Amino acid sequence: MDAFKTVTSVAIPLMRANVDTDVIIPIQRLLGGTRQGLGPYAFERMRADPEFLLNRAEYKDGAIMLAAENFGCGSSREGAVWALMGMGVRCVIAPSFGDIFFANCFQNGLLPVRLPIEDVRRIAAETEAAPGNARTTVDLERMVVVTPTGAEIPFTTDPRKRDAMLHGLDDISLTKRHADAIATWRARDATARAWAWDSVR
Amino acid sequence: MPRTMFDKIWDQHVVTELGDGWSLLYLDRILIHDLSGGRAIREITEAGHSVAEPRKVFAVPDHAVSSAPGRSAATFKTGEALEKSLREYSAKAGVHYFGLGARGHGIVHVMAPELAIVLPGVTLACGDSHTCTNGGVGAMAFGIGASELGHALATQTLPQRKPKRMRIRYEGVRGAGVTAKDMILAAIGRFGTAAGTGYAIEYAGSAVRALSLEQRLTLCNLSIEMGAKVGMVAPDDVTFAYLEGRDFAPKGRAWEAALADWRALPSDDDAVFDTDHVIDMADVAPQITWGTSPEHVAPITGRVPDNADAAALEYIGLRAGQALAGTKVDWVFIGSCTNSRLSDLRDAAAVLRGRRVAPHVTAWVVPGSEIVKQQAESEGLHRAFLDAGFEWREPGCALCVAANGESVPAGARCVSTSNRNFVGRQGTGARTHLASPAMAAAAALAGEMVDVRRF
Ligand code: SF4
Repeated sequence: MDAFKTVTSVAIPLMRANVDTDVIIPIQRLLGGTRQGLGPYAFERMRADPEFLLNRAEYKDGAIMLAAENFGCGSSREGAVWALMGMGVRCVIAPSFGDIFFANCFQNGLLPVRLPIEDVRRIAAETEAAPGNARTTVDLERMVVVTPTGAEIPFTTDPRKRDAMLHGLDDISLTKRHADAIATWRARDATARAWAWDSVR
Repeated sequence: MPRTMFDKIWDQHVVTELGDGWSLLYLDRILIHDLSGGRAIREITEAGHSVAEPRKVFAVPDHAVSSAPGRSAATFKTGEALEKSLREYSAKAGVHYFGLGARGHGIVHVMAPELAIVLPGVTLACGDSHTCTNGGVGAMAFGIGASELGHALATQTLPQRKPKRMRIRYEGVRGAGVTAKDMILAAIGRFGTAAGTGYAIEYAGSAVRALSLEQRLTLCNLSIEMGAKVGMVAPDDVTFAYLEGRDFAPKGRAWEAALADWRALPSDDDAVFDTDHVIDMADVAPQITWGTSPEHVAPITGRVPDNADAAALEYIGLRAGQALAGTKVDWVFIGSCTNSRLSDLRDAAAVLRGRRVAPHVTAWVVPGSEIVKQQAESEGLHRAFLDAGFEWREPGCALCVAANGESVPAGARCVSTSNRNFVGRQGTGARTHLASPAMAAAAALAGEMVDVRRF
């Protein structure tokens, strides 16, 4: 996983609610079986509209995305995260996220930040007030978002996930440190709930 | 301390506490499918890991396979490599594999309960958001992404934070034409698509107790459409009668031991839920969606709301305030992990018998599994569909997801028994209206959205 410490960039004010993962990446683009090369297909159906935000020059290099409630709801496809990262997005700021998408973000080094909708709107307004010049910073070490006008908005992140993000740690290796506990649990359970083991031998 | 069913299952599966509210949970079962299963095994292998407990892993190709009659894995060319990769990596790793045409093949969330791979009280993870379906047997089943799937395969565990608990009680008697699909759509309409985010939902109440096991699976299927990774129904004699004797159900003494454990699973009477809702069944009529989110839903006797989302209306081609009944329909799809089981096909066939699909409607029925298909054929249901003018197809996700070369044409309006009416879900520009199998069958006959209670 890519480590994440801080990012500074123009924020893309998508500001829609219930952006589902089907919209972020159409399923037809995920049949190749790879994680790479999905950036050009992110929001493909919406990009068909020349007026769409992501078709505008000032947001081309945006590494931060702003959205309204329930971003990333729907399908569990991790391709939604790969597509966002493929187009250069490293952080999404929204009031709430779909649970599976939220977990997928942390697996890849894309930081999801939960802020109240008023704060997200404020960043969007400050960004749109200075087209092409507004920069937002998201600092995971200090856990603050710095808005284009310099205001600091604190946010919270799960400590375990924050640690993994800052250091780019891989979950499987971390879990394998608990191999003894897993072995003990299994030995006990194989007797206590033999029925859960017998039928799949 | 009184506990909910969710707490009981959770507590039993904690291997160790990881701190900061995280627990390492043991997984009793893992399901994989063609979109991500082969890649997940390849990636962990390349990283130097192996599948920890292959006999607890079950693989089935369902998403990217054609449902055309007589299909093979090669019928949909783009999906062929995914099927091959799943098959080959499953064989190498030694996991159970259910290939096209084999007994047990089907949509992953249809075949798992059908073969009793999922059992009451077990934990189950799968790289698919509708894994919550399996909670209908009283399991804790949830969807995960590709990276978490790799972790699950390599360790048979997952680090998880305990969600909050919600209960939705449905009280009263189901009215005519009302199914589990209508019950869950009504809840999503009332509470919204994010109401369950961060929660595990238990469905309870007299109307849930009265549901068949298959209907309970339908109810739990749309939990993720309310934002919840987990939906569940307490196991009871209905559950046990359904599971007994199935391929992977415990047998003999093990069955008796399992029953004793399962009878202790239901939430204690005085267990407290973080959120508790009650729905009066008198308020639940047959439902149909009008927009591009499952929360855009209304009774078939209703209208598009006056304050309906403008972008949704533009996509779907309806006007605010317009009556839903009478809206012309071009396609009908009966299938998906929501509504493709034998009882769903019986419901639809009962509406169709002796009638014909409207001439302008293309109508498909896609049984959820090979077993469903064979049972349906042995009782003659396929004849009811074929005689009415439906296509009778091969098991798979088919038109639910348009990842298999099959799609609803742009601009066409489809009444579908699936679970997502998102923009582009059934194909670019396709307009989806979610409803029950009986409502879908009625729409096919009438050629327009219609109240099934008229049939
Ligand atoms: S039928 Fe549809 S919702 Fe169910 S697993 Fe397949 S694609 Fe997903």
